[in-house]
Amino acid sequence: MIPAAFDYVAPRSLPEAVADLVKHGSEAKVLAGGHSLIPLMKLRLSTPSFLVDIGRIQDLSYIREADSHIALGALTTHHEIEFSELVKARLPLLQQAAAQIGDAQVRNRGTIGGAAAHADPNGDFPTCLLALDAELIAVGPRGERSIKAQDFFVDTFTSALEPAEILREIRIPRPPSASSGTYLKFSRRSQDWAIVAVAAQVSLREGRVERVAIGLTGMGPRPLRAAAAERALTGKAVAPDALREASAQAADGTQPPEDLNGSPEYRRHLAAVLTRRALEAITGSK
Amino acid sequence: MAVSQMIGASIKRREDPQLVTGSGRFVDDLPQNAVLHLHVVRSSEPHARILAIDTIRAKEADGVVAIFTGKELREEFQAPLPVTVTFVPEKAYPEQYPIATDKVHYVGEPVALVVALSRAAAQDAAERIEVRYQALPAVTDVEKAIQKDAPVIHESLGSNLSYDVKRAGGDIEAAFKEAEVTISQRLQQQRLIPIAIETRGVVADYKPFANSLTLWSSTQIPHFVKVWLAVILGIPESQVRVIAPDVGGGFGSKIRVFPEEVLTALASRRLGRPVKWIEDREENMRATHHGRSQIWDVEIAAKRDGTVLGLRLTQWLDLGAYCSQFGTFMSLGLLVAPGPYRLAAIDGRLVGVFTNRTPTDAYRGAGRPEATYVIERVMDLVAQETGMDPADVRRRNLVTGAEQPYTSLFGFTFDSGDYVAGLERALQVAGYDDLRRRQSEARKQGRYLGIGLASYLEICGLGPAAPTQANTGVSLWGMGVVRLHFTGKATAITGSSPHGQGHETTFAQVVSAVLGIPVADVDVVHGDTGIGPMGMNTYGSRSTALDASAVHISATRVREKARKIAAHLLEAAEDDVVYEDGKAFVKGSPAKSVTIQELAMAAFQTNRLPAGMEGGLEATTFFDPTNFVWPFGTHVAVVEVDPETGKVSIERYVALDDCGTRINPMVVDGQIHGGIAQGIGQALFEEGVYGEDGQLRTGTLVDYLVPSAADLPFFQLEETITPSPVNPLGAKGIGEAGTIASTAALMNAVVDALQPFGVKDVPMPASPAKLWQLMHRNGGRKG
Amino acid sequence: MRQRVSMTINGTNYEHEVEPRLLLVHYIREQAGLTGTHVGCDTSNCGACTIEMDGHSVKACTVFAVQANGSQLLTIEGLAQGTQLHPLQQAFWDEHGLQCGYCTPGMIMAARQLLARNPDPTEKEIRMGIEGNLCRCTGYHNIVKAIQAAAKVMGEGAERKAPATAPSARRD
Repeated sequence: MIPAAFDYVAPRSLPEAVADLVKHGSEAKVLAGGHSLIPLMKLRLSTPSFLVDIGRIQDLSYIREADSHIALGALTTHHEIEFSELVKARLPLLQQAAAQIGDAQVRNRGTIGGAAAHADPNGDFPTCLLALDAELIAVGPRGERSIKAQDFFVDTFTSALEPAEILREIRIPRPPSASSGTYLKFSRRSQDWAIVAVAAQVSLREGRVERVAIGLTGMGPRPLRAAAAERALTGKAVAPDALREASAQAADGTQPPEDLNGSPEYRRHLAAVLTRRALEAITGSK
Repeated sequence: MAVSQMIGASIKRREDPQLVTGSGRFVDDLPQNAVLHLHVVRSSEPHARILAIDTIRAKEADGVVAIFTGKELREEFQAPLPVTVTFVPEKAYPEQYPIATDKVHYVGEPVALVVALSRAAAQDAAERIEVRYQALPAVTDVEKAIQKDAPVIHESLGSNLSYDVKRAGGDIEAAFKEAEVTISQRLQQQRLIPIAIETRGVVADYKPFANSLTLWSSTQIPHFVKVWLAVILGIPESQVRVIAPDVGGGFGSKIRVFPEEVLTALASRRLGRPVKWIEDREENMRATHHGRSQIWDVEIAAKRDGTVLGLRLTQWLDLGAYCSQFGTFMSLGLLVAPGPYRLAAIDGRLVGVFTNRTPTDAYRGAGRPEATYVIERVMDLVAQETGMDPADVRRRNLVTGAEQPYTSLFGFTFDSGDYVAGLERALQVAGYDDLRRRQSEARKQGRYLGIGLASYLEICGLGPAAPTQANTGVSLWGMGVVRLHFTGKATAITGSSPHGQGHETTFAQVVSAVLGIPVADVDVVHGDTGIGPMGMNTYGSRSTALDASAVHISATRVREKARKIAAHLLEAAEDDVVYEDGKAFVKGSPAKSVTIQELAMAAFQTNRLPAGMEGGLEATTFFDPTNFVWPFGTHVAVVEVDPETGKVSIERYVALDDCGTRINPMVVDGQIHGGIAQGIGQALFEEGVYGEDGQLRTGTLVDYLVPSAADLPFFQLEETITPSPVNPLGAKGIGEAGTIASTAALMNAVVDALQPFGVKDVPMPASPAKLWQLMHRNGGRKG
Repeated sequence: MRQRVSMTINGTNYEHEVEPRLLLVHYIREQAGLTGTHVGCDTSNCGACTIEMDGHSVKACTVFAVQANGSQLLTIEGLAQGTQLHPLQQAFWDEHGLQCGYCTPGMIMAARQLLARNPDPTEKEIRMGIEGNLCRCTGYHNIVKAIQAAAKVMGEGAERKAPATAPSARRD
C-alpha cells in the first residue's frame, strides 16, 4: 500500500501555501494531519500529483477565547481540543466529540481544520460546528473570507472552500452561561465512525428552552440540523414529555443512507433515541 | 522452583524479551541483500474470461525487472496446488494452479506478477498492466449457485455442486417417531476473515547452480510447504528448505500451501535472485482464505423432559471459488455434532458448493465451533420449546463421568472427563441461579439481560495416524528430537511450528522436567525443515498433545540411556541406578552421583561407554497416540441488550475449561482469553460481506470489525483437570477451545435476552441494527 | 522530486534523500533499519506501527517521512536501557501480555502514551487508551493487566518524563 508518486512542498506561511495551490491547480491537495487523505492515497483512491503540507505554517494551532467567540486555529489537533480546559468548560459538546474521534493516535495527528475541510458526513466535528453555528475563516487568492457552517458543508466530501482556499481559523460563538451541550455517538466498536451521532446544545432561561441546536451525523450527505425537533422544543418548559415529543421529530426531513451498519429506518430511530438521551443528559430531566 | 516441578509451572515465556523490544524476526524483518520485490496483480472481477493482458507499458516502467502472466508460467507447474480428502472423499473439484490463465473465479485471484527493484516500483508498474476481461455472471450465494440456471464457475465440473453426501448414525426414524417435540431451525455461520495481524509474506532465494531453494514464509505449515514446493516446482525435496521465522498469528489462515509461496519461489528461480512478497492488508482480505461461511439446517427430535433424541442436519458449505487444501475439513463438524451429549441418531447431509468468492478453509476451531454452535443452539431451542431451564436440558443430555469412555454414534470414543461436573462448577462460579433471578427482576424494569451457556466437547490432537490418514488423507503424528550437547545443554527439535503459542517455553519445560536440567539449558528449535526430521506442523490444537509428547518420550529415552551410562561409570547394576534432578546414583547412595553434564560428556567419549553402545545422547520420536484428545468445558456469558438501540454489552464471561494437564497454566489461560475474544468477534462484530456483484464490501479493517480492547471485558477462568490417558503428558489441547465455546455462549445469551420479544434465533453477527429490527418487527415485547 | 529529511530516532540522527511518498514506517524500517515497528493494516486501524513523534503517539503508516523532517522519534527499540527493560516491556513479559508478538511494539508504544497522560488509569480508561491497537491473540485480557501492573510500578517512583497533558502543538 504505497501511494502514487507526488511532489511536495511545505510552505512556511499561508500566502505561500495559497500561491502553491494556485500554481498547481486541481492537481494539488492540502495536507494537514493527513488522517483522511493518506489512507485514500495508499489505497490509490486519491492520486494528487502535488501536496501542499500546511503542517509547518506557524501560528495555526491555538485555542483562544475572544469577547464573542472561541477561536481555534485550523491545525489544532483533536487531542489538543480533547484536553483543553477552556473547551471543556465552554464547549463541552466539542470536547466530548474530540474525545470520541478515532483513537488516541489519530487524535494526536488529526486537525479540526482538516476534519472540516474533508466534509465527511460521518465525521464528528462537522456536525458539532453546524450545531454550534461556527464560522470558518478561509484564506485564498482573493484574501480572507468567513463562511458560516451551514453554508460550508455542501455535500459528501465537498465543502464550500474554493480550490486554492485554506482554512485558517474556526470561530465558535460563546454560548451564554446557562447553556450546555453534549455529543452522543453511536457506533459498533468504539474506534469506529458514527452510525449516527447527535450534537446538542441547549440554552435555558427560567426553566424554559430559550434556544436549542441539534446536529446530526450520519443522517445524510452532509451534517444536518434537526430543525423540526429544534422548533418543537424552543420555548417549551423542560419536561420529559416535551423532550420526548421533540426528539421523536429528530429525523424529520432526513434521508439517511443504507449501509452495512443499518437501514435508513434504523438510523432515523437512532437519531430520535440519541436526541432524547442528549437532551435528557443536558437538562437533567428524565 | 525445582526443575521437577516444571510441568504445571507458570514461568515467563522465553520468547518475549525479543518480541517486547522489537527484536523479533518476522518475514519482512529479515535482513536481505539485493532482494527484488514481487507484486501480484489480482483479478478485479469475480468471474470473467481473460481476453488479454497488456504488459508493454508496465515493462517500460522505472525499476521493473520482469513481468510474468499466468500463461507464461503455466508449464513450470508440475502439479496443481494440493487438496486433501478431509472427510469428503466423494467431492468433485477443479485443479487450482497458483495463477489464472484463461479465466478468473474470484476477486483477488492472481493474474500477473511484477518483479521490481522496490515495492513502490512494482506497485506503480502493476497499475500500468491492462487486463481485458469478458465479464461472466457471478454467483455469491450457495443456494442460488446450485439452481439449474446458475452460471457454472468451473465448466469441467458441469455444475457448482462439489458434493452432496450422507453421513448417518443411529436410527433417525425411531428418534422422530418417539419425539414429543420437533423443531426446525436454520442456523447461519457467516463468512469470516481471519485477520492475523501479520499478513502473509514470503522471501524466496533460489540458487540456480545448486538447484536449491530456501524459502521463508509466514506459515503454520513449513513442512507441508517444503514437500509441495518440491512437487510443484520439480526441485528435489532435499534441495528445498522452508523456514517459518517469527509468525505473527495464524488462526488457520496460514494453514495451506498458498499460491504466493509457489509464485515467489518461481520468480526467484526465473530471475536467479532473492525475491520478496509481502501481502498488503487489502490484499490479505481477498487473497488469504476465509473461514466458516456455512448454513446448517437443523431438525430436532426431543422429548418434553428435554431429552434430545436425534437431529437431521444439513451442512451447506460455501467452498468459495476453489476447493482449498483443507477446504472440506469443516465437515468434521457434522461428525462431532453430538458434542458432549448422549444422542441416539443423526441423519446428516453434507453439501459443498462453489461460489465466486475467496476460497474458504480452516479458521480457528474449523468445524468444531460450528458443531458446538449447532448443538448448543439445539439445547436452548429445546429449553425454549419445553419451558425448561437451559441448564436442566444440558443436565438431562450430558454424558456422565460414569459412562466414560463413551462412544458416540459416529464411533468416536471420548478419552476422559466428567462433563456434568464441569457444567455444575461453571454454573456455581457464575452464580447461575442468582443470575436468573436478576434477569427476571430486570425484565420487569424493561432491561434485558441474557444468560448463555455452552457446554462443548472438542476433538483435537490430530493424530492418531491411521484414522487421520483415513479421514483427512494426511497421516498425522507428533515429532520430537531431544539432543544433549557435550556440556550437558539440550536442544529439542519439534515438528510443531508455533506462531504465538509459546512452544519454546512449554516444550523446554517438558525437557527440563524429564532431565532435571534448568529450562534455560534447553533450546527449542521449530519451523525449519533444514533442521531435524519432518514434522506435522501446528493447527487443530495438536502441538502439546502430540509434539510435546514426542519431546517428552525422547527426553525419557535420553534419560534412560544416561542412566545406563551412569550404571557403567558407577560400576553398578543398571536396575540399582536411579535418576533424579539431573543426577544418577546408586539407590541409597545419593552422595556418590554423576551429573547429566558428566554423562553427556561421557556419551561423546565413546571409549567410556558400555560395550556396544552408540555414542551421543539423543533420541527421535514419532509419536502416534492411541486416540484423539477431547478437551471440554462450559462457558457462561451474561449480556445486556439495549432495547432502544440493539447494542449488546457483555456484562460477564465465565469459562470453565478442562484441557487435561497444563504444562504452563499462564500460557493456557492466554490461549483461552484469545480464543474467547475471537469467538465473541464472530458473535457480535465480524462478517465478510460480498455484494451481489461479487465484490467484497468489507475489504479493509474499517469495515471488517475486529474487536478492540474497548469492546471486550475481562474473562473469568475456571478449570477442572482430567488428564488424558492417550499421551504421556496427559495433555489435551487448548488453542481453539475458547473460540469453540464462546460464539455459542454469547449467541445463546443474546437470544435469551430477547426472549420477551419472541425471538428464537439471531443470525450472526448480532449487530445492533439486526437486534433492534428483531425486537421491534412485530410491535415489540410479547411477554 | 526527492527531498532531504533528517530526524532523530531513539537519540540517533538519520539523514536521507527520500521520495515524498515514502511513509514514515517504511523510512524507519528500511532506511533506519529499525524493524520493530510493524505494518498491520494500511488504513490506520490496527496500530501495529505506533511510534512516538515529538512526544505524541502516531501511526507511522499514516505519516509521510517528509512530515517528520526535523522531528524526534521514539520507537520500540528506544525504550530499554541496555538490557534493562522499560516497565511496560517488563510488565508485558511478566503478565503474558503477548503471544505472537506482532502487535506488541505498537501496543507498548500506545500504552506508554496513555500512562504519560494518565498515570493511574481505570480499566476502562486503559481499554479506551489502546482502542486503536488491534491484537488477535490475547483477547486483551493480559494486555490490560500488564498496563495496570506497569502503571503501578511507574507510579511507585519510576521517572515520569512526559507531561500529563499535551504540550503546545509541534509546528517544526
